[in-house]
Amino acid sequence: MVQNIIDVRNLSKSFNISSKEPGLKGTIKHFFRRQTKSLKIIKDISFEIKEGEIVGFLGANGAGKTTILKMLCGLIYPSSGSILVSGYLPFRRKENFLKNITLIMGQKQQLIWDLPPIESFYLNASIYDLDKFEAKKRIKKLSEMLEIDEELFIPVRKLSLGQRMKSELLAALIHEPNILFLDEPTLGLDINAQRNLRKFLQKYNKETNATICLTSHYMKDITSLCKRVICIQEGAISYDGNLDLLLKKLSPVKEILIVCRSEDDAIKLENSGFTVKNKIKNEITIKIENSSITSSLKTILNNFDIEDLFINEPPIDEIIGKVLIKKDYDI
Amino acid sequence: MNLRKYLKVYKKFLHTSLASELEYKTNILIDLITAILSLIGSIFLLSIFFQNNGYIGGWKFEQALIIQGIYTILNGITNTWFNPNLTEIVKHIREGTLDFVLLKPIDSQFFISLKKLNPSGFLEVMLGLFLLLFCVRINQINLNLSFLTLSLITISCSICILYSLWFFISTTTIWFVKTWNAIEVLRSFLYIGRFPLNSFSFSLRVFFSIFIPIAFITTIPSEVFLGFSQLWKILLEFIVATIFLITSRKFWLFALKFYSSASS
Repeated sequence: MVQNIIDVRNLSKSFNISSKEPGLKGTIKHFFRRQTKSLKIIKDISFEIKEGEIVGFLGANGAGKTTILKMLCGLIYPSSGSILVSGYLPFRRKENFLKNITLIMGQKQQLIWDLPPIESFYLNASIYDLDKFEAKKRIKKLSEMLEIDEELFIPVRKLSLGQRMKSELLAALIHEPNILFLDEPTLGLDINAQRNLRKFLQKYNKETNATICLTSHYMKDITSLCKRVICIQEGAISYDGNLDLLLKKLSPVKEILIVCRSEDDAIKLENSGFTVKNKIKNEITIKIENSSITSSLKTILNNFDIEDLFINEPPIDEIIGKVLIKKDYDI
Repeated sequence: MNLRKYLKVYKKFLHTSLASELEYKTNILIDLITAILSLIGSIFLLSIFFQNNGYIGGWKFEQALIIQGIYTILNGITNTWFNPNLTEIVKHIREGTLDFVLLKPIDSQFFISLKKLNPSGFLEVMLGLFLLLFCVRINQINLNLSFLTLSLITISCSICILYSLWFFISTTTIWFVKTWNAIEVLRSFLYIGRFPLNSFSFSLRVFFSIFIPIAFITTIPSEVFLGFSQLWKILLEFIVATIFLITSRKFWLFALKFYSSASS
C-alpha cells in the first residue's frame, strides 16, 4: 500500500493585514494610526497526498494556494491545525526534512546572477554536503534530462527565461529531493519551454517516484501532469479528487458539429430527438451527454448521410475558470 | 554543527563572491580609489582638529591615529562582509527570496551573514593595518604577546558588537519591511568611532557607551594599543560583545516565526 507522505489536518492560517483609505488624508491616517485586521487566508483544510502523486492546486489569485505550499515546506507557521510532511513537522525545518524537499518558484530565482549556473550548482552541492564527484554526476544526469549543456557555463544574466528556469530546476533538484513544491513553474515561459518543463517533471516523477505539489495558472500544466487536483476557493477546499471526474461533472455535455451531405439530412437529424444548439444549412450542432456519446455517434453515423463531424471539447480553462470565479459553485 | 561542511560552504561563498565581483573590474578599481581617498580625508580631518590644540580628550594626534587605524580596519570589515550581506537581508525579505535561504539545510544566519564578500573592502583592512603599524612605530609601542592577544580580543569583540547591531536592525525588516534608514543612521554613528570617547561631553559618552556602544568599538582596542587600558574595560567589552551576539542570534530565531514570506 502506498503511504501518505503529506498529511494535513484542520489547517488554518490568519494574517494581519493593514488597509488604507485613498488620498492624502488616508495616507496620513494610515501613517499615524494603521488599522490592521486579522484575515483568515486558509480555513480549516484537510487532505492527504500519497508518495509519488502529482497534485495540482487550483484557485484564483489570492485563494491561498501559495500559502498552503509555503506551510507545507515549512516557510510559514500555521495558525492552527497540523501538518506532517514525510513524518516531519515542516515549520521546525529539520536538516533531514530540508534535504527531502525543494521549492521552485517561477517568479523568484536563487541562481547567482553574475555567474554561470554551474557555480550555483556546486555551491548548492556543498550546502547539501555532496562531494564533488557526486555533484558532477548529478549535474550531468539532470542537465541531460533538462537538455541543457552550454548554458551551464554562460552567466545567468545572459540566459533566456526558459534556460534560466531549467537551470533553476537543476539547482533545486541537485540534492534529489523526493517532494517537490512547484509554485507556477512555467510562469512567463513560451509554449515550447513550458512543454519541455512538463516533460521533464513527468520523467522526474516516473524515474524517482517523487511527490509533486504544483500550482499553476496554465491549465495545460495541470491537465498534462496531475491526475488529482485540489481546488481552493477563498482558503477552503471546494474539490479534492480526480481531474477527469471534475471536468465531467462541470461539463457533462459535448457539442458536436455535424456536416450532413444535404440539407434534407440535416432536417431529418434535427427532428430525430437530439438536443440541437443551432442549424445552418447542412451544418447542425447538437449537444450530447458524455455518458452516451459513443452510442449516440453510432446511431448518427448508421442512420444519416454524414460528410464530416467535429467534437468540440469545451476549453478546460473556461470550465475550471467557472469553479475558480464563482463563489458558490456546486461541484 | 558540522564544522567541515561549514568550512566547505564558506570556501564556496568566497569563490563565488570573488568570481562575481571580478566580473566588474572597473567597479573594484573605483572602490579601491574611494578607500584610499577616504582614509586620506579622515586623517586630514583629524589633523585639523589637532591643529590648534595638541590634545583632544587627553589624546595626542599620534595616539588618535590609532583610533583611525582601528576604525579603518573595522570599516574595511564592514565593507567586505556586513555591507554586502546584511543590506541584502532587507532585499531577501522584501522580495521573498529568504524562502530559498530558509529551505537550505544550513544555518540561515550563517548563510545570510557570510554569503557575499566585497574584495575591495580588503584594501581598507590592509590600509588600517599599515596605519596601525605606523602608529606602533611613532608611539614606540612594545609588541609583545600579551599586547597582541589583548588587541586581537578587543578588536574581535568590536567586530562582534558591530555585526550584532547591524544584524539586529536588519532583522527588524521582518516586521517593518524597509529599514534602510536605520542602517544609514548606524553607519553615521559609526563615524563617531573615529574620535576618542573622552573628546565627547559626559552625556554623549554615556549615550555612545550604553545605548549605541560605538565608543567601545574603537576606543577600548586603542587604549590596549597605548597600554593604558584597564582590565575591567576589556572585560566589559567582552561581556557586551557576548550579550550582543547572543541577543542578535535569539532575536533572529524569534523573528523568523513572524516571517510571512512575500506574496507570489
